[in-house]
Amino acid sequence: MAFDFLQDKDRIFTNVYGFQSWDLKASQKRGDWDNTADIIKRGNDKIIEEMKASGLRGRGGAGFPTGLKWSFMPKEAPKDSQGNPRPSFLVINADESEPGSCKDREILRNDPHKLIEGALIAGFAMRARAAYIYIRGEYIMEAKVMEAAVKEAYDAGLIGKNAAKSGYDFDVFVHRGAGAYICGEETAMIESLEGKKGQPRLKPPFPAGAGLYGCPTTVNNVESIAVVPTILRRGAAWFASFGREGNHGTKLFQVSGHVDKPAVFEEAMSIPFKDMIEKHCGGITGGWDNLLAVIPGGSSVPLVPAEQIMDAPMDFDGLKDLGSGLGTAAVIVMDKSTDIVRAISRLSYFYKHESCGQCTPCREGTGWMWRVMEKMRDGDADIEDIDTLYEVTKQVEGHTICALGDAAAWPIQGLIRHFRPEMERRINEHKGAEVLEAAE
Amino acid sequence: MAEAPTIPDEIETRAKWGDFAFTPANEKLAKWQIAKYPAGRQKSAVMALLDLAQRQVGADTKTQGWLPVPVIEYVAAYLDMPYMRAYEVATFYTMYNLAPVGQFHVQVCGTTPCMLRGSDDVMAACKNKGLNKGKTTPDGLFTLTEVECMGNCSNAPMVQINDDNYEDLDYDIMTRILEDLAAGKDIKVGSQIGRKTSEAEGGPTNLQAMVKENHDYRGEW
Repeated sequence: MAFDFLQDKDRIFTNVYGFQSWDLKASQKRGDWDNTADIIKRGNDKIIEEMKASGLRGRGGAGFPTGLKWSFMPKEAPKDSQGNPRPSFLVINADESEPGSCKDREILRNDPHKLIEGALIAGFAMRARAAYIYIRGEYIMEAKVMEAAVKEAYDAGLIGKNAAKSGYDFDVFVHRGAGAYICGEETAMIESLEGKKGQPRLKPPFPAGAGLYGCPTTVNNVESIAVVPTILRRGAAWFASFGREGNHGTKLFQVSGHVDKPAVFEEAMSIPFKDMIEKHCGGITGGWDNLLAVIPGGSSVPLVPAEQIMDAPMDFDGLKDLGSGLGTAAVIVMDKSTDIVRAISRLSYFYKHESCGQCTPCREGTGWMWRVMEKMRDGDADIEDIDTLYEVTKQVEGHTICALGDAAAWPIQGLIRHFRPEMERRINEHKGAEVLEAAE
Repeated sequence: MAEAPTIPDEIETRAKWGDFAFTPANEKLAKWQIAKYPAGRQKSAVMALLDLAQRQVGADTKTQGWLPVPVIEYVAAYLDMPYMRAYEVATFYTMYNLAPVGQFHVQVCGTTPCMLRGSDDVMAACKNKGLNKGKTTPDGLFTLTEVECMGNCSNAPMVQINDDNYEDLDYDIMTRILEDLAAGKDIKVGSQIGRKTSEAEGGPTNLQAMVKENHDYRGEW
């Protein structure tokens, strides 16, 4: 059965390529901020119910149901020790740093008003007083656009006191990071927002109980929030009509690496890999026979070999079945010209560089794994070292406060699972070369 | 973890930066940043103020700026927080320079998506123009840093120079960029092969109606 590609009329981010202006006037002409007060008048619970029914799962990588996450926020403000009510906060995660991911950037610079309107509606639904948009420091121009868009929204009375004439007071602030991958982890982001090093906190307490400044907080990805207004305008059933059961909606995919035309585009969830690449990226460099492997969800997920990915549906469950994951839908394609061990070793270097240093298995393990991976590149190791490397990844995985340790371990595990013969070949070749040298 | 910083000579930097203070324009920006956070939570603005201070040092030295110890002390005092807490932040995040950099901070992304599309060639172009990783050229023009994923993966390989990104590079394009910068010429920001942001090369595969006009799709819902 041929896949029904998403039609332009069903795309949420119509200005994703920035052909038109991001400003308020142009955004309103595209349908943003259209009677937002009406949506808010439906009430907190109705909005959350609708979001649950839409089947939206968090777009930041973990895929947790967004509506359900909001429902964890307290309905009555908890009191502090003096008996004063504590405010609640929405934190929007725009710290897009996962290698392969470049979708939030397009929302921030080309469709910022979708995010601000989504922040107001989501913030209202979860009874938050304000939203902080945490933008990675390297997105300098994107943060400037976002600041300007927030100012426009304040000037037009769409946020602030009596936001969009809804009777609800809501503020939106932009906070810039300064270069740390780890701040994309929700509790590290909260630490960073409080003006500290971005080192993850132990959970519990979960942010919905004690987050930013000790107040109830929900952290959501940019895309998860920016799709909210359109879902509520068009209805949960519309959004749920795309994608397989449990994987509904539309999604921004980002393809990089060895395709003819890398691009970012919005498609229906569960699109088969091959159809997606053919339609939007002009095929694999050198043809389909030249495909080696794909990292389908950003650097943290294990790679999938060519023959398994071809017909796989690009969604949470479909890729989980292949021992990988959808992550942020950042698809890194590698053809047969790739030095696969180097490609994964470069990711190991990334995690070594980005480890915050808090937990020993990650701080020491990421460096150790990278050094061994560099030896594997040239085959300067023994066959047993592959097993030792695998064991070490297992000792890092699951033994750290946050998931960075897991993220560092999985790409290596994926490599060993699917490309062990290649690693052994390099080791044997290297050994052969050694023998030859000795004989000369 | 990022490499441990080396702190430039204390006595000299104290003599030079000991009386650092925000300019009136930056003072205004600092107040605006602090006002984003609840009363008593001014510490949240430390990242923004360190960035502001670094930019001011940059403007003073006609470079991309850095954070001498007395400047970090100034920011800490400004926010009424212990120096060590501000220092921790300055050393934790990679965008704070702990040593002087050149007029152009050339930050080449070398993470896998860029590597697959030729960041080695971009690095080679830098090297052949006399730029060395982690070093500033003798004329003070360029500092080269290899950075981790900058989030432009569909436009790889890329380089961030000062506040701007240059995307879809190869050896020749990177060489030309460095030559143009040295010659003081203006360079087009973004894709260097004529793509509009992250569309597929040659034109978008979807939303073609948006190319010419600000199309409103609601009529087709």
